[in-house]
Amino acid sequence: MLDRIAHLRADGEAAIAAAETTEELETLRVALLGRKAELPNLLRGVARLEPAERAQAGRAANDARQALEAHVEARRQVLAAGELDARLAADAIDVTLPGAPPAPVGRLHLLTATRREIEDVFMGLGFRVAEGPEVDLVHYNFDALNHGLTHPARLETDTYYDVVGNVLRTHTSPMQVRAMELEPPPLYIVVPGRTYRRDQIDATHSPQFHQVEGLAVDADVTLADLKGTLLAFARAIFGADRDVRLRPHFFPFTEPSVEVDVSCFQCSGSGFLRDGARCNLCKGEGWIEILGAGEIDPNVFEYVREHGYDPERVQGFAFGMGIERIAMLKHGVTDLRLFYENDLRLLEQFG
Amino acid sequence: MRLPLLWLHDYTVPDLDPKGLDQRLTMTGTKVEAIHEHGVGALERFVVAKVLSAEPHPDADRLVVCLVDLGDGGEPSQIVCGAPNVAAGQTVAVAQPGSVMPDGTRLKAAKLRGVVSHGMILAEDEVALGTDHAGIMVLDDALAAGTPLADVLPIATHVFELEITPNRPDCLSVYGVAREVHAATGAPLAPPPWQHDPGAAGPVVGFSVEVRDPDLCPRFTLRAFEDVAIGPSPAWLKARLSAAGQRPISNVVDITNYVMLLTGQPLHAFDADRVEGGSLVVRRARDGERLETLDGVTRTLDGEMLVIDDAAGPTSIAGVMGGGRSEVSDATTRVLIEAATWDGPNIQRTSTRLALRSEASGRFEKGLSPESTLEGQAVASQLMLELTGATLAGGTIDVDARSDADREAPVLHLRDARVTRLLGHAIPLTGQVATLEALGFAVREDGDGLDVVVPHFRRSDVTREVDLVEEVARMDGLDKLPATLPSRRGAVGVLAPEQRLRRRAEDALVGAGLYEAVGWSLQSEPAQARLGAAVEPVRLRNPMTAEQAVMRTHLLSSLLDVAALNARRGAPEARLFEVGSVYLPWHSDRPRPPGRWDPPPGSRGRAAWDAHALPDERVHVGALLTGAARPASWREPEPPRADYFAIKGVLEALGRALRVDLGFEPAAEPFLHPGRAARVLVQDQPAGWVGEVHPSVAAGSAAFEVDVGALTTYADTVPAYRDLTSFPELRQDLAVTVAQDVPAAAVLAVVRRAGGKLLALVEVFDVYRGAQVGEGKVSLALRLAFRASDRTLTDEAVAPARAKIVERLREELGGELRA
Repeated sequence: MLDRIAHLRADGEAAIAAAETTEELETLRVALLGRKAELPNLLRGVARLEPAERAQAGRAANDARQALEAHVEARRQVLAAGELDARLAADAIDVTLPGAPPAPVGRLHLLTATRREIEDVFMGLGFRVAEGPEVDLVHYNFDALNHGLTHPARLETDTYYDVVGNVLRTHTSPMQVRAMELEPPPLYIVVPGRTYRRDQIDATHSPQFHQVEGLAVDADVTLADLKGTLLAFARAIFGADRDVRLRPHFFPFTEPSVEVDVSCFQCSGSGFLRDGARCNLCKGEGWIEILGAGEIDPNVFEYVREHGYDPERVQGFAFGMGIERIAMLKHGVTDLRLFYENDLRLLEQFG
Repeated sequence: MRLPLLWLHDYTVPDLDPKGLDQRLTMTGTKVEAIHEHGVGALERFVVAKVLSAEPHPDADRLVVCLVDLGDGGEPSQIVCGAPNVAAGQTVAVAQPGSVMPDGTRLKAAKLRGVVSHGMILAEDEVALGTDHAGIMVLDDALAAGTPLADVLPIATHVFELEITPNRPDCLSVYGVAREVHAATGAPLAPPPWQHDPGAAGPVVGFSVEVRDPDLCPRFTLRAFEDVAIGPSPAWLKARLSAAGQRPISNVVDITNYVMLLTGQPLHAFDADRVEGGSLVVRRARDGERLETLDGVTRTLDGEMLVIDDAAGPTSIAGVMGGGRSEVSDATTRVLIEAATWDGPNIQRTSTRLALRSEASGRFEKGLSPESTLEGQAVASQLMLELTGATLAGGTIDVDARSDADREAPVLHLRDARVTRLLGHAIPLTGQVATLEALGFAVREDGDGLDVVVPHFRRSDVTREVDLVEEVARMDGLDKLPATLPSRRGAVGVLAPEQRLRRRAEDALVGAGLYEAVGWSLQSEPAQARLGAAVEPVRLRNPMTAEQAVMRTHLLSSLLDVAALNARRGAPEARLFEVGSVYLPWHSDRPRPPGRWDPPPGSRGRAAWDAHALPDERVHVGALLTGAARPASWREPEPPRADYFAIKGVLEALGRALRVDLGFEPAAEPFLHPGRAARVLVQDQPAGWVGEVHPSVAAGSAAFEVDVGALTTYADTVPAYRDLTSFPELRQDLAVTVAQDVPAAAVLAVVRRAGGKLLALVEVFDVYRGAQVGEGKVSLALRLAFRASDRTLTDEAVAPARAKIVERLREELGGELRA
């Protein structure tokens, strides 16, 4: 019996070593070690032997079985590794083909991105963001902003009205009075929003456009404070080297009124480019107009006097800028119509 | 307004070059829009010359070969001239080769029909002095040959194009701007041109004026001139009008224009012999009354427009334009000159209604002072006597409706402390005084500041202390203001929760790969109606075009337009969203619910609002997918189309970003695919819709539109902490077969109710229809997650919950468990 065991072990080891595939090896394992194989059945026959022989034969059969199992496992690892390599080698791809398209990247519209940028600058300066209706009362859009009853901006040739006589606000300024009605000073707000004028659309005009209004009212908010606030704004938006200048102007709802220019960021305010050509952005002026502003006219405060705005006690500034204009200047967009066309090739460039 | 500097220099000569003056004027409130060079260039090439001889050209009948003495000590110069009036012995103006003509061309020596010509003998139009090209200018023989022509004739000047703000009609005049220049630069100011008045008060025999509507005509003055010789104006006058942008016509007409440009007061000249009856009556027109104006157009008037009548009817539209009937002509010998003041708003209304704007109406509508009428008359009288040979006939008819109070100059008090407080910067009192006096105010120091008398020409603009602050500030120089920041007491710059959420919504959609579009609020009625939704839009009373006549009630139409535009441009696949307002009118037949923008009770705005309902403006978010749901590639040449589930996935991503639970139920909208559309619910309330767009509206598109207010109201902005890590959750799958008309949402609702507290999550992860589940059935594979906050759950622990789920599914929906 011992011979038979030794023989089975030797034959088995040789066969395992000769197996070429894991599949063949598995068949062999069943043949050598399975329930119907000879070696395990020999172990059952051990009981019939002499006790002295029994122990010896049992040990030999056990050893043989464990040895064969170890050989099968060792051979299986070798064969499996080889087969995996072969499988992977057969699974090669053309690595030069293009990759799968990634999930599309979305974009904010440039007007939204610019509005947020402006809002963020003023929030940093302590201003809240307020909003108001686009279709508003003539009272807020004109009357309370000190526009005389015959002011030309009221004309139906210039301003849209709905059929019941409300006005499509021509600026974000109606929120000045609305905001003051709602809370007493001190008041610091910016008001972004859509506005309307009855202009034929062209490169610089549009029946709808967007503004950001600013309003700061307290006992002591001065014209110098307006200058400092807008200087901070101009530097945040157009670059740290920018300067601003206030030019006297006229608006019905501010006094004194100013237009505000920022030093040209293309020619650094010199009016000329490096090659000596006249700067096309500022037209050689060195300055670019960005907004209108001023100290709030006492007549405006008269409309909200009972809400805590006695013009002898409070004062402040207001300004209004066009979001399109800021975006066009900052990004070099040359035609206002592009904003409302929404050509995907424009949209993907910003935001 | 165009300001020739040569003309300005009659009254003030600032010590600045044009660029420097531009800067100073711009920074004191009179913006220089452009600086033009009017007239000729290379001034040294223009000289006075004497014609020594003038012989016919050998080969041309109309040309004359002249020898001229240029006074330069050299040989006489040969010039070929085509003017019929050239003759030997004349003193003339010559442009030598090298001269730059007004159109920019540089003159060269040239051969005319074989004869060399070294320059030109000048006609007035050739140097932009006027329009006359009938012959050369013959100059005063007292002038020596070689005299620079620029010393004799105003052949070149800089012209400023000024932006005059509407509050400053006094600056629509050369003398008005001279006053500004004087105040801004300190250059001395000459006395006004009306200082000497040849005329006097008193009646004018044979003429009368009646003002029937003094509310619209505070003052009307009239002077008469006899022995008027109509003819061309002298070169200096033509030159000024040309430089100021006016075409010279004849001396009388030119005088009226010149006086208007110099003093700001428009004048009107009548042929006195064509004023029927010698009487002028100012009255409101009759509705439908017609009048032919100077430009040959017949105008139809209304009852708020003012006309000036003579005995034969209306002769002019007051303050706007004269009539043809009494126009000054070559045959005129007697002239009436009118200088009047009209009610500004009324003139503006008339010129707007008639679409007829003139230099005169543009000034009157801003409100001129009655005092300037006589200033204009004074200057006009000087010039009529000097240039037309006329004599004054009688005095001045002066119908002055003003009360004594109207005539009194207002006195304002300017507190020094107020100046400092408003500007944040002190201006020395002496500087304030100097500025105000230079601008024509009379000033007296008084107590804590100044008492200031407002001159008549600033009366409508300067009415309050703050107006004076502006005057002293702008002349002191706003560049001197320090750049400070306000104290910002109580200022906290934060977004309101709703604004923060709106940004988050936008960001979520950008994160889902969508491009934001910004559409038009104004739409055409058909575009608005093409969705078939029965919502009445807000209509404009005065649309410019039918394309933009109503306000949008939804965003989808805008988004479809954007997609269509891009498709036309070769990009058929679009992933778009918009966050924007829609506008729904309130109808008077139902009470107004409280709105976002209601003015507070008790405010003055509230009173106005009570009479005028505003539309209900809502912020919507809309999104549109069109074409493929994903970009095609070599691996997926035909990706799935953007369908209901593609757009719903985007909407669900938005809901998750805002932490708001969205519900969906089948619904029909006329513009959506009838079987692929759902109502979006927030807190069981309708908040919008999602679905595939009906193919008759747009092909291959899926969209949603939701009220942002509904989302932000119920968004969980301050989430409370939940412990999801201390104990693991237990996951189980469950497949249930139900009738295929049972919505998945109903299955999930039953599971949630039955699952009790332990059920943390249930979702559908597979849907199967086919033979194995039977006809008319659908199998949903559900993933369940159970969780307890205080222990690890086992299958045994959740068995009762699971059993209850199975039981309820069977009872409520007829659901059968699949093995």
